[in-house]
Amino acid sequence: MTTIGKYFLFLVSFFQNREKFRVYVRLCFQDAVALGINSIFIVAITSSFIGAVTAIQTAYNMISPLIPPYIIGTIVRDMTILELAPTIISIVLAGKVGSNIAGELGTMRITEQVDALEVMGINSASYLVLPKVIAALITFPLLVILSAFLSIFGGYVAGTLTGALTEYEYIYGIRYDFMEFNVPFALIKAFVFAFLITTISAYKGYFTRGGALEVGIASTSAVTNSCIAILLADYLLAQLLL
Amino acid sequence: MIEVQNIKKAFNGKEVLKGISGKFMQGKTNLIIGSSGTGKSVLLKNIVGLVAPDEGNVFYDGRNFTHGDDELRKDIRRELGMLFQGSALFDSKTVLENVRFPLDMLTNTNKEEKLERVNFCLQRVGLENVNHLKPSEISGGMQKRVGIARAMVLNPKYLFVDEPNSGLDPQTSIKIDELIQEITYEYNTTTVIVTHDMNSVMGIGDYIMYLNKGLKLWEGTSETILETEVVELQDFIFSSRLVRSLKEQKKVI
Repeated sequence: MTTIGKYFLFLVSFFQNREKFRVYVRLCFQDAVALGINSIFIVAITSSFIGAVTAIQTAYNMISPLIPPYIIGTIVRDMTILELAPTIISIVLAGKVGSNIAGELGTMRITEQVDALEVMGINSASYLVLPKVIAALITFPLLVILSAFLSIFGGYVAGTLTGALTEYEYIYGIRYDFMEFNVPFALIKAFVFAFLITTISAYKGYFTRGGALEVGIASTSAVTNSCIAILLADYLLAQLLL
Repeated sequence: MIEVQNIKKAFNGKEVLKGISGKFMQGKTNLIIGSSGTGKSVLLKNIVGLVAPDEGNVFYDGRNFTHGDDELRKDIRRELGMLFQGSALFDSKTVLENVRFPLDMLTNTNKEEKLERVNFCLQRVGLENVNHLKPSEISGGMQKRVGIARAMVLNPKYLFVDEPNSGLDPQTSIKIDELIQEITYEYNTTTVIVTHDMNSVMGIGDYIMYLNKGLKLWEGTSETILETEVVELQDFIFSSRLVRSLKEQKKVI
Protein backbone atom coordinates (compact mmCIF):
# COMPACT_ATOMS: atom_id res chain seq x y z
CA MET A 1 0.00 0.00 0.00
CA THR A 2 2.88 2.36 0.80
CA THR A 3 4.37 1.74 -2.64
CA ILE A 4 1.05 2.42 -4.37
CA GLY A 5 0.62 5.63 -2.36
CA LYS A 6 4.16 6.71 -3.21
CA TYR A 7 3.49 5.92 -6.89
CA PHE A 8 0.40 8.17 -6.95
CA LEU A 9 2.24 10.97 -5.14
CA PHE A 10 4.97 10.61 -7.76
CA LEU A 11 2.36 11.07 -10.50
CA VAL A 12 0.94 14.16 -8.77
CA SER A 13 4.45 15.64 -8.48
CA PHE A 14 4.67 15.90 -12.31
CA PHE A 15 2.23 18.78 -12.18
CA GLN A 16 3.71 20.72 -9.28
CA ASN A 17 6.22 23.51 -9.87
CA ARG A 18 6.28 22.86 -13.63
CA GLU A 19 8.80 24.32 -16.05
CA LYS A 20 8.14 26.52 -19.07
CA PHE A 21 5.85 24.98 -21.74
CA ARG A 22 8.49 25.24 -24.49
CA VAL A 23 10.87 23.11 -22.40
CA TYR A 24 8.35 20.26 -22.39
CA VAL A 25 7.64 20.59 -26.12
CA ARG A 26 11.33 20.18 -26.96
CA LEU A 27 11.75 17.25 -24.56
CA CYS A 28 8.56 15.58 -25.85
CA PHE A 29 9.96 15.59 -29.40
CA GLN A 30 13.28 14.12 -28.19
CA ASP A 31 11.50 11.42 -26.20
CA ALA A 32 9.08 10.67 -29.03
CA VAL A 33 12.12 9.82 -31.16
CA ALA A 34 13.82 7.83 -28.38
CA LEU A 35 10.75 5.90 -27.27
CA GLY A 36 8.61 5.77 -30.40
CA ILE A 37 10.58 6.18 -33.62
CA ASN A 38 13.48 4.05 -32.35
CA SER A 39 11.02 1.24 -31.57
CA ILE A 40 9.65 0.98 -35.11
CA PHE A 41 12.10 -1.74 -36.15
CA ILE A 42 11.36 -4.11 -33.26
CA VAL A 43 7.61 -3.46 -33.61
CA ALA A 44 7.77 -4.14 -37.36
CA ILE A 45 9.68 -7.41 -36.99
CA THR A 46 7.54 -8.68 -34.12
CA SER A 47 4.24 -7.73 -35.75
CA SER A 48 5.03 -9.22 -39.16
CA PHE A 49 6.00 -12.57 -37.68
CA ILE A 50 3.10 -12.63 -35.23
CA GLY A 51 0.67 -12.14 -38.14
CA ALA A 52 2.42 -14.76 -40.26
CA VAL A 53 2.51 -17.35 -37.47
CA THR A 54 -1.13 -16.68 -36.56
CA ALA A 55 -2.20 -17.31 -40.17
CA ILE A 56 -0.19 -20.53 -40.48
CA GLN A 57 -1.28 -21.92 -37.11
CA THR A 58 -4.93 -21.06 -37.75
CA ALA A 59 -4.76 -22.85 -41.09
CA TYR A 60 -3.10 -25.84 -39.40
CA ASN A 61 -5.96 -26.08 -36.88
CA MET A 62 -8.75 -25.76 -39.45
CA ILE A 63 -9.31 -29.40 -40.16
CA SER A 64 -13.03 -29.20 -40.87
CA PRO A 65 -13.86 -28.73 -44.57
CA LEU A 66 -17.04 -26.93 -43.47
CA ILE A 67 -15.08 -23.89 -42.30
CA PRO A 68 -14.26 -21.63 -45.27
CA PRO A 69 -10.54 -20.64 -45.65
CA TYR A 70 -11.32 -16.92 -45.56
CA ILE A 71 -11.94 -17.35 -41.81
CA ILE A 72 -8.14 -17.45 -41.46
CA GLY A 73 -8.08 -13.77 -42.53
CA THR A 74 -10.90 -12.93 -40.14
CA ILE A 75 -9.14 -14.64 -37.22
CA VAL A 76 -5.81 -12.95 -37.98
CA ARG A 77 -7.60 -9.58 -38.18
CA ASP A 78 -9.51 -9.95 -34.90
CA MET A 79 -6.62 -11.45 -32.96
CA THR A 80 -4.33 -8.74 -34.22
CA ILE A 81 -6.58 -5.79 -33.51
CA LEU A 82 -8.03 -7.04 -30.26
CA GLU A 83 -5.00 -8.54 -28.60
CA LEU A 84 -1.76 -9.08 -30.48
CA ALA A 85 -1.10 -5.54 -31.68
CA PRO A 86 -1.91 -3.63 -28.49
CA THR A 87 -0.98 -6.17 -25.82
CA ILE A 88 1.93 -8.15 -27.23
CA ILE A 89 3.54 -5.05 -28.70
CA SER A 90 3.11 -3.27 -25.37
CA ILE A 91 4.86 -6.15 -23.64
CA VAL A 92 7.67 -5.90 -26.17
CA LEU A 93 7.82 -2.14 -25.56
CA ALA A 94 7.80 -2.70 -21.80
CA GLY A 95 11.01 -4.66 -22.34
CA LYS A 96 12.64 -2.11 -24.61
CA VAL A 97 11.30 1.23 -23.42
CA GLY A 98 10.64 0.30 -19.78
CA SER A 99 14.16 -0.93 -19.10
CA ASN A 100 15.54 2.08 -20.98
CA ILE A 101 13.59 4.57 -18.82
CA ALA A 102 14.36 2.81 -15.53
CA GLY A 103 18.04 2.42 -16.44
CA GLU A 104 18.40 6.05 -17.51
CA LEU A 105 16.65 7.51 -14.47
CA GLY A 106 18.33 5.06 -12.10
CA THR A 107 21.76 6.02 -13.41
CA MET A 108 20.88 9.71 -13.19
CA ARG A 109 19.80 9.16 -9.60
CA ILE A 110 22.92 7.34 -8.41
CA THR A 111 25.26 9.76 -10.21
CA GLU A 112 23.50 12.71 -8.51
CA GLN A 113 22.22 14.18 -11.79
CA VAL A 114 18.71 14.20 -10.32
CA ASP A 115 20.03 16.02 -7.24
CA ALA A 116 21.74 18.53 -9.53
CA LEU A 117 18.35 19.37 -11.08
CA GLU A 118 16.72 19.69 -7.66
CA VAL A 119 19.45 22.01 -6.39
CA MET A 120 18.81 24.27 -9.39
CA GLY A 121 15.17 24.50 -8.29
CA ILE A 122 13.91 22.30 -11.14
CA ASN A 123 11.19 19.73 -10.44
CA SER A 124 13.20 16.70 -11.56
CA ALA A 125 10.22 14.31 -11.71
CA SER A 126 8.28 16.68 -13.93
CA TYR A 127 11.27 17.59 -16.09
CA LEU A 128 12.50 14.04 -16.61
CA VAL A 129 9.34 11.95 -16.61
CA LEU A 130 6.38 14.00 -17.86
CA PRO A 131 7.79 14.41 -21.41
CA LYS A 132 8.39 10.65 -21.61
CA VAL A 133 4.80 9.94 -20.56
CA ILE A 134 3.39 12.41 -23.10
CA ALA A 135 5.69 11.09 -25.85
CA ALA A 136 4.61 7.51 -25.14
CA LEU A 137 0.92 8.46 -25.04
CA ILE A 138 1.30 9.92 -28.53
CA THR A 139 3.62 7.37 -30.14
CA PHE A 140 2.42 4.05 -28.67
CA PRO A 141 -1.05 4.18 -30.30
CA LEU A 142 0.67 5.00 -33.61
CA LEU A 143 2.98 2.02 -33.14
CA VAL A 144 -0.04 -0.17 -32.43
CA ILE A 145 -1.70 0.98 -35.68
CA LEU A 146 1.52 0.20 -37.56
CA SER A 147 1.74 -3.14 -35.79
CA ALA A 148 -1.84 -4.06 -36.74
CA PHE A 149 -1.21 -3.26 -40.42
CA LEU A 150 2.06 -5.22 -40.51
CA SER A 151 0.61 -8.17 -38.61
CA ILE A 152 -2.33 -8.45 -41.01
CA PHE A 153 0.09 -8.05 -43.91
CA GLY A 154 2.32 -10.77 -42.42
CA GLY A 155 -0.69 -13.06 -42.23
CA TYR A 156 -1.49 -12.29 -45.88
CA VAL A 157 2.06 -13.11 -47.05
CA ALA A 158 2.32 -16.32 -45.01
CA GLY A 159 -1.23 -17.46 -45.79
CA THR A 160 -0.97 -16.98 -49.53
CA LEU A 161 2.64 -18.20 -49.93
CA THR A 162 1.89 -21.45 -48.12
CA GLY A 163 -1.26 -21.96 -50.16
CA ALA A 164 -3.53 -22.03 -47.09
CA LEU A 165 -5.85 -19.59 -48.84
CA THR A 166 -5.95 -17.35 -51.88
CA GLU A 167 -5.31 -13.61 -51.96
CA TYR A 168 -8.99 -13.01 -52.63
CA GLU A 169 -10.04 -15.22 -49.71
CA TYR A 170 -7.69 -13.43 -47.30
CA ILE A 171 -8.88 -9.96 -48.34
CA TYR A 172 -12.49 -11.15 -48.11
CA GLY A 173 -11.76 -12.63 -44.67
CA ILE A 174 -10.26 -9.47 -43.20
CA ARG A 175 -13.24 -7.44 -44.45
CA TYR A 176 -15.84 -9.98 -43.34
CA ASP A 177 -18.09 -9.09 -40.36
CA PHE A 178 -15.79 -6.25 -39.23
CA MET A 179 -16.63 -4.68 -35.85
CA GLU A 180 -15.53 -1.06 -35.97
CA PHE A 181 -15.33 -0.65 -32.21
CA ASN A 182 -12.34 -3.00 -32.10
CA VAL A 183 -10.09 -0.26 -33.50
CA PRO A 184 -10.81 2.41 -30.85
CA PHE A 185 -10.68 -0.37 -28.25
CA ALA A 186 -7.14 -1.27 -29.36
CA LEU A 187 -6.13 2.39 -29.25
CA ILE A 188 -7.59 2.83 -25.76
CA LYS A 189 -5.54 -0.17 -24.68
CA ALA A 190 -2.39 1.26 -26.27
CA PHE A 191 -3.00 4.57 -24.50
CA VAL A 192 -3.46 2.92 -21.09
CA PHE A 193 -0.49 0.59 -21.55
CA ALA A 194 1.73 3.49 -22.63
CA PHE A 195 0.86 5.31 -19.42
CA LEU A 196 1.50 2.23 -17.29
CA ILE A 197 4.84 1.34 -18.91
CA THR A 198 6.31 4.84 -18.69
CA THR A 199 5.09 5.74 -15.20
CA ILE A 200 5.93 2.39 -13.58
CA SER A 201 9.37 2.27 -15.19
CA ALA A 202 10.03 5.90 -14.29
CA TYR A 203 8.93 5.27 -10.72
CA LYS A 204 11.28 2.30 -10.42
CA GLY A 205 14.21 4.24 -11.91
CA TYR A 206 13.57 7.53 -10.12
CA PHE A 207 13.65 5.99 -6.64
CA THR A 208 16.71 3.81 -7.23
CA ARG A 209 19.19 3.86 -4.35
CA GLY A 210 22.66 2.35 -4.32
CA GLY A 211 24.83 1.56 -7.31
CA ALA A 212 25.03 -0.26 -10.62
CA LEU A 213 23.54 -3.45 -9.14
CA GLU A 214 20.45 -1.58 -7.96
CA VAL A 215 20.05 0.08 -11.38
CA GLY A 216 19.97 -3.40 -12.91
CA ILE A 217 17.42 -4.54 -10.34
CA ALA A 218 15.30 -1.44 -11.01
CA SER A 219 15.34 -2.13 -14.77
CA THR A 220 14.29 -5.76 -14.29
CA SER A 221 11.64 -4.76 -11.80
CA ALA A 222 10.34 -2.07 -14.17
CA VAL A 223 9.85 -4.63 -16.95
CA THR A 224 8.20 -7.30 -14.79
CA ASN A 225 5.91 -4.81 -13.02
CA SER A 226 4.96 -3.17 -16.31
CA CYS A 227 4.10 -6.56 -17.85
CA ILE A 228 1.95 -7.53 -14.88
CA ALA A 229 0.20 -4.14 -14.96
CA ILE A 230 -0.40 -4.51 -18.73
CA LEU A 231 -1.98 -7.95 -18.34
CA LEU A 232 -4.13 -6.81 -15.43
CA ALA A 233 -5.27 -3.69 -17.28
CA ASP A 234 -5.88 -5.79 -20.39
CA TYR A 235 -8.31 -7.99 -18.48
CA LEU A 236 -10.04 -5.02 -16.82
CA LEU A 237 -10.44 -3.13 -20.10
CA ALA A 238 -11.84 -6.21 -21.85
CA GLN A 239 -14.29 -6.72 -19.01
CA LEU A 240 -15.31 -3.06 -18.95
CA LEU A 241 -15.45 -2.17 -22.65
CA LEU A 242 -16.45 -5.33 -24.54
CA MET B 1 26.00 34.33 5.24
CA ILE B 2 24.43 30.94 5.87
CA GLU B 3 23.39 29.99 9.38
CA VAL B 4 22.41 26.50 10.49
CA GLN B 5 20.58 26.15 13.77
CA ASN B 6 20.29 22.89 15.69
CA ILE B 7 20.03 20.62 12.64
CA LYS B 8 18.97 17.08 13.53
CA LYS B 9 18.50 14.23 11.10
CA ALA B 10 17.90 10.51 11.56
CA PHE B 11 17.52 7.72 8.99
CA ASN B 12 15.57 4.63 10.03
CA GLY B 13 15.93 5.60 13.67
CA LYS B 14 19.70 6.13 13.42
CA GLU B 15 20.72 9.66 14.35
CA VAL B 16 23.13 11.05 11.76
CA LEU B 17 23.09 14.70 12.79
CA LYS B 18 22.59 15.49 16.47
CA GLY B 19 21.94 19.22 16.57
CA ILE B 20 24.48 21.03 14.42
CA SER B 21 24.71 24.82 14.58
CA GLY B 22 27.14 27.18 12.92
CA LYS B 23 27.66 30.11 10.58
CA PHE B 24 29.26 30.08 7.14
CA MET B 25 30.56 33.51 6.27
CA GLN B 26 30.34 35.39 2.96
CA GLY B 27 33.51 35.69 0.91
CA LYS B 28 35.16 32.82 2.80
CA THR B 29 35.81 29.17 2.03
CA ASN B 30 33.96 27.38 4.80
CA LEU B 31 34.95 23.75 5.27
CA ILE B 32 32.98 20.94 6.87
CA ILE B 33 35.46 18.20 7.72
CA GLY B 34 35.36 14.82 9.39
CA SER B 35 35.92 11.13 8.79
CA SER B 36 33.73 9.12 6.43
CA GLY B 37 30.21 8.52 7.79
CA THR B 38 30.18 11.42 10.24
CA GLY B 39 27.31 13.22 8.55
CA LYS B 40 29.18 15.86 6.50
CA SER B 41 27.35 15.18 3.23
CA VAL B 42 24.02 14.81 5.05
CA LEU B 43 24.55 18.24 6.62
CA LEU B 44 25.32 19.70 3.19
CA LYS B 45 22.18 18.07 1.73
CA ASN B 46 20.16 19.57 4.59
CA ILE B 47 21.60 22.99 3.85
CA VAL B 48 20.80 22.89 0.12
CA GLY B 49 17.39 21.31 0.70
CA LEU B 50 17.97 17.88 -0.86
CA VAL B 51 17.11 16.39 2.53
CA ALA B 52 14.68 17.94 5.00
CA PRO B 53 15.97 18.14 8.58
CA ASP B 54 13.90 16.51 11.33
CA GLU B 55 14.56 19.58 13.48
CA GLY B 56 16.32 22.90 13.09
CA ASN B 57 16.55 25.67 10.51
CA VAL B 58 18.81 26.88 7.73
CA PHE B 59 18.93 30.63 7.12
CA TYR B 60 20.28 32.23 3.94
CA ASP B 61 21.07 35.84 4.84
CA GLY B 62 18.30 35.74 7.41
CA ARG B 63 15.76 34.01 5.16
CA ASN B 64 14.44 30.75 6.62
CA PHE B 65 15.01 28.21 3.84
CA THR B 66 13.86 25.16 5.81
CA HIS B 67 10.44 26.49 6.68
CA GLY B 68 10.03 29.08 3.95
CA ASP B 69 7.22 28.91 1.38
CA ASP B 70 7.77 27.37 -2.07
CA GLU B 71 8.39 30.74 -3.70
CA LEU B 72 11.10 31.71 -1.21
CA ARG B 73 12.78 28.30 -1.49
CA LYS B 74 12.72 28.59 -5.28
CA ASP B 75 14.24 32.09 -5.12
CA ILE B 76 17.02 30.92 -2.79
CA ARG B 77 17.72 27.83 -4.90
CA ARG B 78 18.31 30.07 -7.89
CA GLU B 79 20.99 31.88 -5.91
CA LEU B 80 23.02 28.76 -5.23
CA GLY B 81 25.39 26.63 -7.25
CA MET B 82 26.69 23.22 -6.37
CA LEU B 83 29.55 21.00 -7.44
CA PHE B 84 28.78 17.37 -6.69
CA GLN B 85 31.25 14.67 -5.67
CA GLY B 86 31.01 12.92 -9.04
CA SER B 87 30.47 16.24 -10.89
CA ALA B 88 26.88 15.12 -11.78
CA LEU B 89 27.17 16.35 -15.36
CA PHE B 90 24.32 15.30 -17.65
CA ASP B 91 25.66 12.40 -19.71
CA SER B 92 23.47 13.08 -22.72
CA LYS B 93 24.58 16.71 -23.05
CA THR B 94 27.84 18.21 -24.27
CA VAL B 95 30.06 20.38 -22.08
CA LEU B 96 28.51 23.49 -23.65
CA GLU B 97 24.96 22.25 -23.05
CA ASN B 98 25.78 21.25 -19.48
CA VAL B 99 27.11 24.69 -18.58
CA ARG B 100 24.32 26.44 -20.52
CA PHE B 101 21.62 24.31 -18.88
CA PRO B 102 20.87 26.61 -15.87
CA LEU B 103 20.70 29.58 -18.27
CA ASP B 104 18.26 27.70 -20.55
CA MET B 105 16.05 26.66 -17.68
CA LEU B 106 16.13 29.64 -15.37
CA THR B 107 16.73 32.76 -17.46
CA ASN B 108 15.33 34.48 -20.52
CA THR B 109 18.66 35.63 -21.94
CA ASN B 110 19.18 35.26 -25.68
CA LYS B 111 21.35 32.70 -27.44
CA GLU B 112 24.36 34.99 -27.97
CA GLU B 113 24.42 36.17 -24.35
CA LYS B 114 24.19 32.59 -23.13
CA LEU B 115 27.06 31.49 -25.34
CA GLU B 116 29.16 34.44 -24.19
CA ARG B 117 28.49 33.61 -20.54
CA VAL B 118 29.21 29.89 -21.04
CA ASN B 119 32.48 30.62 -22.81
CA PHE B 120 33.45 33.09 -20.08
CA CYS B 121 32.80 30.51 -17.34
CA LEU B 122 34.66 27.76 -19.18
CA GLN B 123 37.62 30.06 -19.73
CA ARG B 124 37.49 31.08 -16.07
CA VAL B 125 37.92 27.44 -15.01
CA GLY B 126 40.70 26.98 -17.57
CA LEU B 127 38.84 24.99 -20.21
CA GLU B 128 38.90 25.75 -23.90
CA ASN B 129 37.97 23.81 -27.05
CA VAL B 130 35.95 21.23 -25.13
CA ASN B 131 32.47 22.69 -25.75
CA HIS B 132 31.44 19.93 -28.14
CA LEU B 133 32.68 17.01 -26.01
CA LYS B 134 30.49 14.78 -23.86
CA PRO B 135 31.37 14.33 -20.14
CA SER B 136 32.51 10.76 -20.84
CA GLU B 137 35.12 12.12 -23.28
CA ILE B 138 36.94 14.32 -20.75
CA SER B 139 39.03 13.53 -17.66
CA GLY B 140 37.80 13.57 -14.05
CA GLY B 141 39.60 16.84 -13.35
CA MET B 142 38.05 18.45 -16.43
CA GLN B 143 34.62 17.17 -15.37
CA LYS B 144 35.11 18.92 -12.01
CA ARG B 145 36.00 22.12 -13.85
CA VAL B 146 32.90 21.84 -16.01
CA GLY B 147 30.89 21.23 -12.83
CA ILE B 148 32.35 24.41 -11.32
CA ALA B 149 31.59 26.34 -14.53
CA ARG B 150 27.98 25.10 -14.41
CA ALA B 151 27.72 26.00 -10.71
CA MET B 152 28.99 29.56 -11.33
CA VAL B 153 27.16 30.28 -14.59
CA LEU B 154 24.25 32.01 -12.83
CA ASN B 155 26.65 34.02 -10.66
CA PRO B 156 25.55 32.34 -7.41
CA LYS B 157 25.64 34.00 -4.00
CA TYR B 158 26.21 30.62 -2.36
CA LEU B 159 28.49 27.90 -3.66
CA PHE B 160 28.46 24.33 -2.32
CA VAL B 161 31.11 21.77 -3.06
CA ASP B 162 30.93 18.13 -2.04
CA GLU B 163 34.31 16.35 -1.86
CA PRO B 164 35.99 18.37 -4.64
CA ASN B 165 39.12 16.21 -4.62
CA SER B 166 37.65 12.72 -4.68
CA GLY B 167 39.20 10.64 -7.44
CA LEU B 168 41.72 13.31 -8.44
CA ASP B 169 45.51 13.25 -8.34
CA PRO B 170 47.15 15.61 -5.76
CA GLN B 171 48.23 18.16 -8.37
CA THR B 172 44.77 18.44 -9.92
CA SER B 173 43.24 18.52 -6.43
CA ILE B 174 45.30 21.55 -5.49
CA LYS B 175 44.33 23.30 -8.74
CA ILE B 176 40.64 22.64 -8.09
CA ASP B 177 40.96 23.89 -4.50
CA GLU B 178 42.70 27.05 -5.65
CA LEU B 179 40.09 27.62 -8.33
CA ILE B 180 37.27 27.35 -5.79
CA GLN B 181 39.05 29.74 -3.46
CA GLU B 182 39.71 32.24 -6.27
CA ILE B 183 36.06 32.18 -7.31
CA THR B 184 34.99 32.65 -3.69
CA TYR B 185 37.13 35.74 -3.24
CA GLU B 186 36.49 37.13 -6.72
CA TYR B 187 32.68 36.91 -6.54
CA ASN B 188 32.36 37.22 -2.75
CA THR B 189 30.33 34.02 -2.53
CA THR B 190 29.53 32.09 0.60
CA THR B 191 31.31 28.84 -0.18
CA VAL B 192 30.73 25.65 1.80
CA ILE B 193 33.00 22.69 1.06
CA VAL B 194 32.66 19.19 2.43
CA THR B 195 36.00 17.40 2.50
CA HIS B 196 38.22 15.01 4.40
CA ASP B 197 41.32 16.02 2.47
CA MET B 198 43.83 17.63 4.85
CA ASN B 199 45.58 19.37 1.93
CA SER B 200 42.35 21.29 1.32
CA VAL B 201 41.94 21.99 5.01
CA MET B 202 45.39 23.49 5.34
CA GLY B 203 45.34 25.15 1.93
CA ILE B 204 41.99 26.90 1.67
CA GLY B 205 40.19 26.57 5.02
CA ASP B 206 39.13 30.08 6.06
CA TYR B 207 36.61 28.59 8.48
CA ILE B 208 36.54 24.94 9.47
CA MET B 209 33.79 22.97 11.18
CA TYR B 210 34.77 19.50 12.43
CA LEU B 211 32.06 16.86 12.72
CA ASN B 212 32.34 13.59 14.56
CA LYS B 213 29.52 11.05 14.95
CA GLY B 214 26.89 13.65 14.08
CA LEU B 215 28.18 16.29 16.50
CA LYS B 216 30.14 19.48 15.91
CA LEU B 217 33.24 19.00 18.06
CA TRP B 218 35.32 21.93 16.91
CA GLU B 219 35.31 25.08 14.76
CA GLY B 220 38.10 27.45 13.85
CA THR B 221 40.58 28.26 11.09
CA SER B 222 43.48 26.49 9.39
CA GLU B 223 45.85 28.54 11.58
CA THR B 224 44.36 27.26 14.82
CA ILE B 225 43.51 23.68 13.85
CA LEU B 226 46.98 22.34 14.62
CA GLU B 227 46.70 23.60 18.19
CA THR B 228 43.43 21.80 18.86
CA GLU B 229 42.99 19.88 22.07
CA VAL B 230 40.03 17.87 20.79
CA VAL B 231 41.38 14.31 20.77
CA GLU B 232 39.14 13.11 17.91
CA LEU B 233 40.23 16.03 15.74
CA GLN B 234 43.89 15.41 16.60
CA ASP B 235 43.46 11.80 15.53
CA PHE B 236 41.82 12.96 12.31
CA ILE B 237 44.33 15.63 11.28
CA PHE B 238 47.51 13.94 12.44
CA SER B 239 46.71 10.78 10.56
CA SER B 240 48.12 12.77 7.63
CA ARG B 241 51.94 12.60 7.41
CA LEU B 242 51.96 16.02 5.78
CA VAL B 243 50.21 17.62 8.73
CA ARG B 244 52.39 15.76 11.20
CA SER B 245 55.49 17.17 9.50
CA LEU B 246 53.94 20.66 9.51
CA LYS B 247 53.43 20.37 13.25
CA GLU B 248 57.01 19.21 13.72
CA GLN B 249 58.31 22.16 11.67
CA LYS B 250 56.24 24.58 13.76
CA LYS B 251 57.74 23.14 16.96
CA VAL B 252 61.29 23.53 15.60
CA ILE B 253 60.63 27.14 14.58
